[in-house]
Amino acid sequence: MLEINCPYCGPRFETEFSYGGEAHIERPKDSENLTDEQWGDYVFMNSNTKGVFLERWVHTSGCRRWFNVARDTVSYQILAVYETGAKPPKLDLRNDV
Amino acid sequence: MKSRYSIFSLMRNALSYHEKWPEAWRSPEPKPSYDVIIVGGGGHGLATAYYLAKLHGIHNVAVIERGWLGGGNTGRNTTIVRSNYLWDESAALYEHALKLWEGMSQELNYNVMFSQRGVMNLAHNQHDLRELSRRINANRLNGVDSEFLTPQQIKDLVPIIDLRGNGRYPVLGASMQRRGGTARHDAVAWGYARRADEQGVDIIQECPVHGFEIENGKVVGVQTAKGLIKAKKVGVVVAGHSSVMAEMAGIRLPLVSHPLQALVSEPVKPVIDTVVMSNAIHAYISQSDKGELVIGAGVDKYVGYGQRGSLPVTEETLAAVCELFPSLKRMRMMRQWGGIVDTCPDASPIISKTPVEGFFINCGWGTGGFKATPGSGWVFADTIANDRPHPLNEAFSLERFNSGYLVDEHGAAAVAH
Amino acid sequence: MPARFRLTQGGLIDRSKPVSFQFNGKVYLGFEGDTLASALIANGVHLVGRSFKYHRPRGIMSAGAEEANALIQVGEGARSDPNLRATQIELVDGLVASSQNCWPSVEFDVSIVNNFASRLLPSGFYYKTFMWPASFWMTYESAIRKAAGLGKAPEGPDPDSYDKTFAHCDVLVVGAGPSGLTAALSAGRAGARVILAEQDNALGGDLLSEADAEIQGQPALEWVEGARAELEGLENVRILTRTQCYGYFDHNFIGLMQNLTDHLPQNAKPASLPRHRLWKLRAKQVLLATGAIERPLVFSDNDRPGIMLASACRTYVNRYGVKPGKKAVIFTNNDGAYAAALDLHKAGIHVAAIVDLRSDPEGPMTEQAREAGLRILGNHAVIATAGDKRVKAVLVAPLSEDGEKVYGGGEKIDCDLVAVSGGWNPTVHLHSQSRGKIVFDDDYACFVPGTPAQESVTAGACSGNFGLGACLTQGHDAGIATAAKTGFKAKGRKRAPPKAEDRNFLPARWMWLVPGDKPLGHGGKHFVDVQNDVTAADLHLALREGYRSIEHVKRYTTTGMGTDQGKTSNVNAIGIVAGHFGCPIPNVGVTTFRPPYTPVTFGVFAGRDVGDLLDPVRKTPMHALHEHAGAAFEDVGQWKRPWYFPIAGEDMHQAVNREVKACRDSLGVMDASTLGKIDIQGKDAAEFLNRIYTNAWSQLKVGACRYGLMLGEDGMVMDDGVTSRLGENHFLMTTTTGNAAPVLGHLEEYLQTEWPELEVYLTSVTEQFATISLAGPNARNLLAELTDIDLSAEAFPFMTLREGTAAGIPARVFRISFTGDLSYEINVPASYGAALWQTVMTAGEKYGITPYGTEAMHVLRAEKGFIIVGQETDGSVTPFDLGMDWIVSKKKDFVGRRSLFRADMSKDDRKQLVGLLTDVPEQVLPEGAQLVEKVEDKPPMKMLGHVTSSYHSPNVGRSIAMALIKGGRARMGSKLYAPLADGKVVTCTVTGVVFYDKEGERTRG
Repeated sequence: MLEINCPYCGPRFETEFSYGGEAHIERPKDSENLTDEQWGDYVFMNSNTKGVFLERWVHTSGCRRWFNVARDTVSYQILAVYETGAKPPKLDLRNDV
Repeated sequence: MKSRYSIFSLMRNALSYHEKWPEAWRSPEPKPSYDVIIVGGGGHGLATAYYLAKLHGIHNVAVIERGWLGGGNTGRNTTIVRSNYLWDESAALYEHALKLWEGMSQELNYNVMFSQRGVMNLAHNQHDLRELSRRINANRLNGVDSEFLTPQQIKDLVPIIDLRGNGRYPVLGASMQRRGGTARHDAVAWGYARRADEQGVDIIQECPVHGFEIENGKVVGVQTAKGLIKAKKVGVVVAGHSSVMAEMAGIRLPLVSHPLQALVSEPVKPVIDTVVMSNAIHAYISQSDKGELVIGAGVDKYVGYGQRGSLPVTEETLAAVCELFPSLKRMRMMRQWGGIVDTCPDASPIISKTPVEGFFINCGWGTGGFKATPGSGWVFADTIANDRPHPLNEAFSLERFNSGYLVDEHGAAAVAH
Repeated sequence: MPARFRLTQGGLIDRSKPVSFQFNGKVYLGFEGDTLASALIANGVHLVGRSFKYHRPRGIMSAGAEEANALIQVGEGARSDPNLRATQIELVDGLVASSQNCWPSVEFDVSIVNNFASRLLPSGFYYKTFMWPASFWMTYESAIRKAAGLGKAPEGPDPDSYDKTFAHCDVLVVGAGPSGLTAALSAGRAGARVILAEQDNALGGDLLSEADAEIQGQPALEWVEGARAELEGLENVRILTRTQCYGYFDHNFIGLMQNLTDHLPQNAKPASLPRHRLWKLRAKQVLLATGAIERPLVFSDNDRPGIMLASACRTYVNRYGVKPGKKAVIFTNNDGAYAAALDLHKAGIHVAAIVDLRSDPEGPMTEQAREAGLRILGNHAVIATAGDKRVKAVLVAPLSEDGEKVYGGGEKIDCDLVAVSGGWNPTVHLHSQSRGKIVFDDDYACFVPGTPAQESVTAGACSGNFGLGACLTQGHDAGIATAAKTGFKAKGRKRAPPKAEDRNFLPARWMWLVPGDKPLGHGGKHFVDVQNDVTAADLHLALREGYRSIEHVKRYTTTGMGTDQGKTSNVNAIGIVAGHFGCPIPNVGVTTFRPPYTPVTFGVFAGRDVGDLLDPVRKTPMHALHEHAGAAFEDVGQWKRPWYFPIAGEDMHQAVNREVKACRDSLGVMDASTLGKIDIQGKDAAEFLNRIYTNAWSQLKVGACRYGLMLGEDGMVMDDGVTSRLGENHFLMTTTTGNAAPVLGHLEEYLQTEWPELEVYLTSVTEQFATISLAGPNARNLLAELTDIDLSAEAFPFMTLREGTAAGIPARVFRISFTGDLSYEINVPASYGAALWQTVMTAGEKYGITPYGTEAMHVLRAEKGFIIVGQETDGSVTPFDLGMDWIVSKKKDFVGRRSLFRADMSKDDRKQLVGLLTDVPEQVLPEGAQLVEKVEDKPPMKMLGHVTSSYHSPNVGRSIAMALIKGGRARMGSKLYAPLADGKVVTCTVTGVVFYDKEGERTRG
């Protein structure tokens, strides 16, 4: 049971949140001009990182706001929480695996 | 065959206090180069190596495993085997696997305890019933055994079930595949390892892979903890770590790795003889030959490479189990663990060539890879040996995520496992 | 009369409170404070069970959670519990217990034949045999299954209740032994919120088993009593006894199981209390003071009843006041067992010999033993034991210098008790579960905690600190330190930790495998895991066969896989494997420690989330009226929806036919409240809908409604529904019943993460409105009686909405139709739903108003060829597949658009939605039937698709069906066949999907 620090509500149990997968994958504005492969990459591919992963969460049972989390996918340690649209913070990656 | 297992060899060896049993497989140092290197010493990888040697005459093969054979999902799953998939492509692949299961103990001369005790999928509402009917009909016409069970028939087979489901999840019917069942998971890895070894395959444990040597778009070797090993072809079949391995070869995959949780109870005398699955309430249950109730739970929703499950998933699953089987409330959980499952957007595997020549990938089995083990190895070996997909895995290419020809098993079937 | 083996005095039992219990059908007496194990021993009962594989007689080997042998079935019928450890069952009046895994009785078990055939049953024998003939495996297996298992599962629904609770604390202290107590005291005094969890029913840990330990110059238990009183006086400290901390999860989240009533007689259990409670605890700091578990020595035939851990002997004598035997032999490699020898001696038990593996043990403990007149046999080993249902003698022989061999035939020493000590294993389970590494300590030959991975520390024996004084100090300091980390600094003068003596122990002689007089495996069994009957020879066999990883050894032999999960066997197994390879123990590694520490009841995970509380049931405001009307309900997601409304004597088919007819002939009424409703406002609301739906929304007039189709980014249909423009910047979206929450989530996700520049506000209003749908030619006539809205076709055309009143209630009325008939959907505030329904029903009597359910609705919409998402679609269907090209805008981007133009999306053989008419009009195709072009004699057959919807339509006067068929639209008029499970084949013809009122005049009229 992770403890996630919602930027708007504070620390809450994992069960209050829903997961949104990898962060910083922007929806293409000119999908017309993309090849099938480029579009397929946007829709389906992801980095599925082992180690520090930038991902999206939403506080479903709380404020219903989306935000981003930097989390180590091995230790599950949460290194940072930041707002949607913000750049990822500089992380001390000494805990990286 | 170096040493055949049988009741007679057991008796003979008893006379010498079991001190003369040979090694089931060697533990050799890697050779400088191989025709094929299989990365991943789970059931799928070992089966691939075995079929490469046995059916395609490629004996100069190494299986490289970062830990111990069968230490990943092979040794962590709930051992369910079935082939009642909805889509033709899936049914053909899993049915091929099921046929191989039916002769596996004899083929491997290793008792994998494949036990066709039947697999039941419960329906709890009208929508479930409709989907069940669709799947049963599709299975039947695909030559996959499948039948509908009425609530009373279910009760006869599983007397401890509460058909009322306390009113919330009543049991309205089930599909039943009688040829489905369970097997002894470790034995599958060991049995394939022993036979592959016999065919000349080198099995190299505790040898993590650090990278791939790629020249002019073609793979030429594998960088490992034991140094560079040259290879003409490389097949990667590493389940939860597929994205990590593929990235080393510059390939992106549509996978998400989740921790999937399972648990067993303390052993008791037989109370449940078949496998019962309920997708609506995220629980499936069977009883091992040792007497433990083996219970499969759901995945944790986030990407996770920790082989452990979280408490909320246990709570949800066991609440469902207590609801369906109210007499099991006093049973106790003895052990709980997690495996890392690589899930695909369409809940179907990828068994495919890749943009890198000579580099093949077999992944995306999600929560259901164990049942496919022999079939997966069989088609993967064929694909690697012939440099093109076998008709059975043509639909499971990496390309499909560009073209759109998905084999969407979770959208379609009420069964995602 | 006191039991034969009860000491005349001493122990922490209450001799004034005798307790009567049954074991294997016989009535015995014990005292309050006994465990089942101590009470059995007091009555001279040592044979309590049979082993898993060989059915060898087994006794009680420990006095705690590590017990691997004495597994007992407690209780009867629905309240029966299998596999409970006799050593942890608190004796309670009326307890009924029995042995497991034996037939006909524990005294005479026919399966003992396995023991004599054991030469044929080495580890893994089943992998090598039972393969011929192939078809016989299930037969063999059936016999194996019956023989396996231990206890029996309960026989009926569990009548007891379980509970869960969340908790937070600053410092969780696990274990209330000396270090746990000083830790809780110092953290508590500093003001931190402390939870002290103890698996036992009393505080004190090992001190409860000590005869004469002293702390601060007073008897240890008096000090414990003082500590308990002080802790209970601190408001910030909570003590949980009978509470097993079973799992240490991520982010310092801990699972604990508290036992609330098992120790009470059935008639004294308060009805208000659940049986067990799950504590879901988040602790800022975790302080593990979980102690250590003694490990046995592995010697020949070390499994007979009467052979037990030395520390357990002390517990039985000192805590329970019972004699575990009359004549004891102590077998040890360390000083610790001398304390047991002395305690047994003091209790009047004849200690025949102390067999010590060490060559010349000379120290304070040996001195005390000699002073007591005890015989010490240094450099000796027990090489064999005798006795069937109780050990009756041991064979003792001198060891070679390297410890590999023994000399001579040995000396026979009669005894009925063998107290064994092979050293101690710190209980590192929780530390390891938290992902903390464990490291091997060469001095104590055990694994100790390494660097913690989370906010935790270890103290006392659990950290490899075995002296009492050291434990008290370490706990004290750790308590101060952890409290400080949570912001609670100790105030005032620094207190010193309580003082106690640390005994100076001689070094031990570590020997993982005690040699016998025969080669290993040639007679006599060196048990490593007594529960699973795994011997040292089995481990060697596994290694010889190439199962070299410790995980392979474990899985091949099943060592450590019993209910005790190897608490006393795992480290011995690792030692034996290391010995076989001749390598240091750390090279072998350890198997993973998994939760739970001890088994946890399923019921506690369910808690109260069973029955009605398993999953919320959602009911509409009119639900009670439907129930009263005798409706049959169907589950749609969490909602209960009226499925059909049978009147007396009707079956479902008749009821649905009547309802369907009424809607076309006069007037039907349906409760449509469950449809999802999302209120969408803001200046960019129309643009937002443009991006979400496949069709265009900017031009929609205020007061108008439009049908929309929503795709996932993969281009597949996700949901549909009518959205209405209530104002320039105000829309009301409807969704399907099951998708209301996912659709809201989908909208919010895109709005917040992709298009934050849009000013749009989303609010779920599903439950704020009740919706009544009137359908049929008399819908307008009825509504006209109830509303002030002008209902004329000109003033209120199809696909528009009006606001006004209905039956005096403020209402939004939508002229939309899912039935294809003249239809109005009336939304009123939810609390008025029932009132409006009743008014409508009364006013509609003259039109024969007929309530209809979801089944009739399905038939009506199928007559019109309207799809149901989730029935005509399954996540693999595009708008083009449905023949709904008209709804896909070519002028704008929307979610999923690009996916529609991928290579495989325009293939001719995609499955397309078509209608089907059976050749025999009365024949109704089963939904889910698969269709083929050509029927083969037997499978496989090439399938083209399946029937998605199929009904008898009384309005069309025949059966109708819809299906998704490969290249379906090119097959109009052609024949398809549905081969059914019963062997029948239904022939049908492909048609369009609209079966009724193709021009749509009824809707618009």
